[in-house]
Amino acid sequence: MKTQNNKAWFLVLPVLILVSISAIIPLMTVVNYSVQDTFGNNEFYWVGTEWFQEVLNSERFLNALKRTLLFSTLILAIEIPLGIFIALAMPKRGIGVSICLVLMALPLLIPWNVVGTIWQVFGRVDIGLLGHGLASLGIDYNYTQNVFDAWVTLIVMDVWHWTSLVVLLCYSGLVAIPEVYYQAARIDGASRWSVFRFIQLPKIKRVLLIAVLLRFMDSFMIYTEPFVVTGGGPGNSTTFLSIDLVQMAVGQFDLGPAAAMSLVYFLIILAVCWVFYTIMTSFDAQAAASQKKG
Amino acid sequence: MASIELKNIAHQYPSAAAEPGPYALSALNELWQDGGAYALLGPSGCGKTTLLNIISGLLQPSEGRVLFDGIDVTDLSPEQRNIAQVFQFPVVYDTLSVSENLAFPLKNRGMARDKISERVAEILAMLGLSDRANEKAHSLTADDKQKISLGRGLVRTDVKAILFDEPLTVIDPHLKWQLRTELKKIHQQFRHTMIYVTHDQTEALTFADKVIVMYGGSVVQIGTPEELFETPAHTFVGQFIGSPGMNVLKASVDGAVALVDELQVPLPDNYRKIDSGVELGIRPEYISFSQKQGIQAETVSIDDVGKHVIVRCKLGQQIVSVIVPEGQSVPDKPRLIFAQEKINIYQNSVLVRPADQ
Repeated sequence: MKTQNNKAWFLVLPVLILVSISAIIPLMTVVNYSVQDTFGNNEFYWVGTEWFQEVLNSERFLNALKRTLLFSTLILAIEIPLGIFIALAMPKRGIGVSICLVLMALPLLIPWNVVGTIWQVFGRVDIGLLGHGLASLGIDYNYTQNVFDAWVTLIVMDVWHWTSLVVLLCYSGLVAIPEVYYQAARIDGASRWSVFRFIQLPKIKRVLLIAVLLRFMDSFMIYTEPFVVTGGGPGNSTTFLSIDLVQMAVGQFDLGPAAAMSLVYFLIILAVCWVFYTIMTSFDAQAAASQKKG
Repeated sequence: MASIELKNIAHQYPSAAAEPGPYALSALNELWQDGGAYALLGPSGCGKTTLLNIISGLLQPSEGRVLFDGIDVTDLSPEQRNIAQVFQFPVVYDTLSVSENLAFPLKNRGMARDKISERVAEILAMLGLSDRANEKAHSLTADDKQKISLGRGLVRTDVKAILFDEPLTVIDPHLKWQLRTELKKIHQQFRHTMIYVTHDQTEALTFADKVIVMYGGSVVQIGTPEELFETPAHTFVGQFIGSPGMNVLKASVDGAVALVDELQVPLPDNYRKIDSGVELGIRPEYISFSQKQGIQAETVSIDDVGKHVIVRCKLGQQIVSVIVPEGQSVPDKPRLIFAQEKINIYQNSVLVRPADQ
């Protein structure tokens, strides 16, 4: 047998060094902070899991977590079906394709803080088109004072900003379906709903998984837009985990609790993504298993 | 079950340019009998699939009408025409099980539940998939997926016609025979009008009662397998059918003698004198070697294909294929004898009848 050649490790080394500088080392400093306390002067004291216990038992953290989960749930519940629906309605050929694709891509090209600013101004009751328009229709709308209005504004903003991503992903999946599937469905006398349920949905499942994961992660980590529009208010009603974290780490400079919270935050995202991934790929796994058996 | 009639069917695919593209089909007038098994044979791009899709209603012809049993169905959808069609590549509904896939066309038409399961069980048994009925179609091999596609085409008993678009392309050779025999059996049993598109001559000749040979968007010959082999109406048919195809030699004809590069070939009948665009067609099966008589030729190459030997000879300036039985010696300078009765004469690629007929 030939001796194993381990030189390949040297080839991966540059990447490993880059990744450790950009990801592993910063992450480890956070881990370091999360188990220690400091009173300045670069003096640290070992506190074990104290910060973690404090974070997990704090009302403030749990409330922010609930708000963030609710936000992500609403975002997924609206953007995924809406995205699929728009992708289905888009033209498959002709000049309309390019027009639709460009229009869809536009919101994705706008920097996040600019999106926040646009909606912050758009919704203002004194000068904003939306806020002023609603006020002149006699609708009592004010996102700076009313909790419900603040949430609606943030959700509408996110739907406006990110549904395109879902649309584009689904559209790419839809146009990849060979024409013969639709022909067979016509021969078989399938209804429009059957075509969606048995051809289109199964065929776009993989890209849909990516869309769901991306939209979950992004909405769960959302910071810039709500920070610009509502600043976490009114009260704490739109203070999501990310906003809370920044207040704790930068505002109050509580390095220990902030580090512990960061890690918990990170693990939650990891866990939820894993759950989504497992559920949505379980069908493939079943199929693979039955193929092995047969 | 129905007869299918095509009246002046022509089709042009729309093109990006201002003027429409070339005709994919031109001026077809055909009447196909109720209960017949027809094969549409031709090379890729000759319009077979276009014609099939026009019959099933997936495609609207740019000109002409389609009639089933004398009733105009040109404007009806595939569903209204009640047609079954099987495609070249397997189409299965991934998330449904094998039996649900087969039940799908019946369910969509609102058939009673117990009738459906009865019919599905029959088809499953026929395809040899009974033991996998509850597996997800997604997990099957390409072979089995195509069997399901076939099954979905056969599951409805009341269809007007069953159309097959090269259905066995992705199937393993040994399974091909089995499925083709099965299809033939089904045809004999139920007498559905069946139209089978293929570019494989063996498939066409074994499946169909009548073979329709298409070339460049038009039908060049309709006939039984024997007619296509013995008297091809067009040099294309002669060359397309048979392996190797018919030898087509430039010649001139006067009376009962053809001249091929100044070499005399006796003909079975008298032909009127034709000068331009004359070709002589003779199948390699009908040429034999001789020691003493015949036309002097020169052996160019020898291919042993197992069951027989294909010898290519130079006859004057032209190349002729000859099929020789296995084991016979091949001389360097053979003399060739053309079986007189099997010679066909063509002018501008079209068969010419002898003068006294």
